[in-house]
Order: sequence, then C-alpha cells, then structure tokens
Amino acid sequence: MSPAIEARNAALVAIGAAAIFAAIPMFFGDFAVYLGAEILIYILFALAFNLMLGQGGLVSFGHAAYFAISGYALAILLTTYSWPFWPAFIAAIVLAGIAALVIGYFCIRLTAIYFAMLTLAFSQLVWAIAFKWDDVTGGDEGFIGVAVPVWLVEPSSFYYFALGTVLVAGTLLWVITHSAFGRVLRATKENPQRAEFLGLNVRRVRLVTFVISGTFTGIAGALFTLFNRSVFVESAWWTKSAEVLIMSILGGVGSFFGPALGAAVLILLDRAITEFTQYWPTVLGIILILVLFFLPDGLIGLFRRKRAEDGDELGDADPAPSRTPAE
Amino acid sequence: MLTIRDLGVNFSGFWALKDVDLDVSEKSRHAIIGPNGAGKSTLFNAITGYLKPTTGRVNLDGQDITGRPPHELVKSGLGRSFQRVNVFQDLTVFENIQAALLAHHSRAYDLFTPGARLYRAEAEAILEQVGLKDEANRVAATLAYGKQKQLEFALSLASEPKILLLDEPTAGMSPRETSEILDLIVRIQEAQGFTLLFTEHDMEFVFAIAETLTVLVQGRPLATGAPADVRDDPEVQRVYLGGHASGGKDAA
Repeated sequence: MSPAIEARNAALVAIGAAAIFAAIPMFFGDFAVYLGAEILIYILFALAFNLMLGQGGLVSFGHAAYFAISGYALAILLTTYSWPFWPAFIAAIVLAGIAALVIGYFCIRLTAIYFAMLTLAFSQLVWAIAFKWDDVTGGDEGFIGVAVPVWLVEPSSFYYFALGTVLVAGTLLWVITHSAFGRVLRATKENPQRAEFLGLNVRRVRLVTFVISGTFTGIAGALFTLFNRSVFVESAWWTKSAEVLIMSILGGVGSFFGPALGAAVLILLDRAITEFTQYWPTVLGIILILVLFFLPDGLIGLFRRKRAEDGDELGDADPAPSRTPAE
Repeated sequence: MLTIRDLGVNFSGFWALKDVDLDVSEKSRHAIIGPNGAGKSTLFNAITGYLKPTTGRVNLDGQDITGRPPHELVKSGLGRSFQRVNVFQDLTVFENIQAALLAHHSRAYDLFTPGARLYRAEAEAILEQVGLKDEANRVAATLAYGKQKQLEFALSLASEPKILLLDEPTAGMSPRETSEILDLIVRIQEAQGFTLLFTEHDMEFVFAIAETLTVLVQGRPLATGAPADVRDDPEVQRVYLGGHASGGKDAA
C-alpha cells in the first residue's frame, strides 16, 4: 500500500475514534466519562510502550517507572511547589524522558531477557523510592489532594483535555513510527547485526527509542495524576508494566493501532467482568492464552483477516510485518 | 588501501590468527583462500570490528580502524557481506535497500520525514543494477536463495563502500547462480571502482576473478601474489592446492 493511502487510512481511524470519544460526554453520564478518560490514558500508554515492543523489538518490563515518575513529579510540582500548570505539566514529562535516558543508557547494553530484567529492576527501584520517601511522595498512603487547576476540575473538561492530548501525542507517535527513524528502527529489530553493517549505531537507535517511549509514557502518567487528583505507589509497581504489555499483546503488537484497541478492550472487560465475578485475573489469563494460541496478531488481526477475505485493502495502518507478499 | 600488520586473534590459548601481514591495494580484487578452519572468517571478523584482535593493527587509507565497531567502519567506507544470508527477512526487497540508504545518508534520527518517501529513485537504481527490480515488492524471506544473496550484495552497495569484504559470496549456490553472481560482482566492482577483498572455496571462481591471492593456512599467511605465481609456489602446492592445481588452468 502506498504511504499516502496508509496515512489517509490512519487519519480516518483516528478521526473516527476521536469522534466517538468526543460524543461520550454528550450522551452518557459521569461514569462513562470517567471510564472513557481512563481508556484514553491507557491508549496513550500502550501506544508509547509499543514503539519499543512492536517497532523496536525491545521488551520493557519496567514502563511503570516513567508513568509514575511523571505522575509524582506533576503532583509534587503542582501541590508542594505550587507551580503553574503548564510548566509543571511539561517539566513532569521531560523528567520522565530524562529518567528514560539514564535508565536506558544502562539497559540498551543488554539484550533480550537481560534487557527486560534490567528495565524491571530499575522500575522496582523507582517504586522503592516512591514507597520510602514519605515526606515527598506520601509513601504508602499515596499523594492525595493534587492541586489540579480549576479549569480541569470539571470531569468533562478534564476529559476533553485528555482527548486532545492523546490525539496530539498519538499523531506524533504515528509520524515517528513511519519516519525514516521508524524504518531504521524496524531494521534494527529484524537483524541488529546487519543493521550495524549498514552503518547504524544500533545501541544509539535503541536509546533514542527508549527516550521517546519513556517521554510519551510520561504524558500518560501526568494525565493519570490529573485524572485521579492523587498518585499512589501502585503506579510504579511491576503489575502496571505487565498491564501495558498485556494490552499490547491483546491488541496486536505488529500494528500501530493494535495496542490502543487492546487497552480499550482490556479496561472494558475488566469493568464488565468484575461486575459478575471476583475472578477477573482468571478470566484475563484465559483470554491471554486464547489470544496467544489463536490470534498471534492480536485482536486487530481479526479485522485484518476479515479484510483479506473481502479482498479489501482499506484500513491497514500497519507498516508491514504480516503483509502477504505479492507473487 | 587496507594495511594489516601483525594481526593475531587468540581464543583462550589457541591462535586462530597469527602474524598476519596483508596489503590490499586500491581497486584490486584480492582473494583469501585456505582450507576449512584456516582462519578466513576470523580474519574478516577481526578486520570488521566483530572480534577484537589480540595483537596487531588494521589501517584503512592511513586511518587506524583496529577494533572499531562495525557502524563506524561502514561510515569510513568499509562494507561487508556475510557467508550465510543476512538480510532483513520480513521487509520487502525495496524496504531492505531503503533502510540501507537511510542509514548511509545519516537519516537514522530523522523522526518526522516519512521514511517510505525517501531515496526511492536511489533504491530503484540499485535494484536495477543487481537485477532485483522485478522482486522489489516481495518480502525478502520469500526469495530464492540466490536472489537473497544478490540482495545481501545490494545492501552492501547502498553504503557506497571504498572496500567491500565478501565472505564466500557463492556459498551454497548452484553453478548457474554462482556464475551469475560472479559476473554481477565483477561488473559492479569495475563500474564503481571499489576494492574487493573476498574469501572463497571455489577455486575456479578464485582464479577467474582474483588479481591477487593470499593463502592462509592454520591462521598464518603462507603466500601472497598473482594467482598464477601462488599456484605454482611449491609450498602452496604441497600444503594446500595439491590435487586441485590443475583446476586453475583458466587463471587470469
């Protein structure tokens, strides 16, 4: 598919999704707005995470770190130091990027499972700091009562702020994924040795990816603080990292929009199933097993398979991995 | 242009390479031959930054490149292809070349220009040159083995090397594929005027295209010279060529 058509299709998907999200506060009550905002935040988290996993082949098991660092930083700057909103918001995101740069500097020296373990170790370190540093973070009790600016207090105004932010950030991630850098990143994923012999500094490409991914994760983390008006130490706990990994796999890591779909589905399922049973983790386990066995391309693979049957090329926003070759 | 002095590689007590002195002159076709285990691949790995040599220096155009990482070597004009096929299997042929061109033109950190639109004409020109134009949109993994080797060669061309190291470019190929890729390599090398350093086990191939020959035995160079001279060297005859000597009758 030509790049122009691919961009047009992606724009259609984004505009369609944005229109649906934008309509929610007009037709539904506060609960739907609350749920919609949470989904939007996790969509951004998953998209940022998947730049590393899907595009770069880098399995991070510690993305909670950047989510939490930005979340705490925003809470502290707004409340403890009474910073104005925008400087605090931007500083929190930049801080997540800097943390990703420092942590990434060490992690990219390792590969595969060792890489994943080191990202996990660093994120547990972030958790430990948040837990122990009572005076600043509120420790075990959490950081409660964040000084959210007045214009964001109304649930629907926060909701539209989140929608706008996720739309802008998501567009930037799409552009980066399809940029010259994105192409090169895919090459380093497929064959790092050959990529080196094309003149690519594979470690540096990975570090840049790490920083971009951490920064966008920071945007999600900052939104999450505004959403809850508090930050809890669970934000940095490893299950948060696992959650975003599961969302990505569920939706499909080989596609740009897959993880976004995974995030929405996982949160909706969580809410729906918790209504009936306390065994949500069991249900989640079963869903994951089914996906891994029967849907290696994730839920988004269902759409693509259907499209292939219809002989219709529309809507494929994915740069290629599972494309069938033209004979 | 490539000067190697006293190069040695020691694997926990065993010298896989020792006392290697080698001068590869500009725009020449220089072959390294030797029996299995003679250290040909080790030599290539030591030159290309894949292995850190225990002793010795490697110079490219007067610049010391010993032990430098591959991506830096490529930037200073050294290209390499591999013995076993080493391409980007899940990308199309076109995307393979495009990725190589993006790397070569230092667009790796360009976050905003759409990658698919860059260097299309250049990629097409390279595919035309190596005869893969009709396969441009096929996923690399679906190509026949010989075509994959052609693609591998094309990837190396994209970085416009001053010297190209080919490790057994015809390994695993049918006789017809072998002669095709040979013609291709020589034609492009002559047109672009780069230096070619290659290892090869097919003697017929070596004598057909090499201008200089180095025989490597047990990690040490035994003789270097014009193919005909090396072939007639009594010691080379004794330890290596032996019964194959008559195979080189069509030497250049």
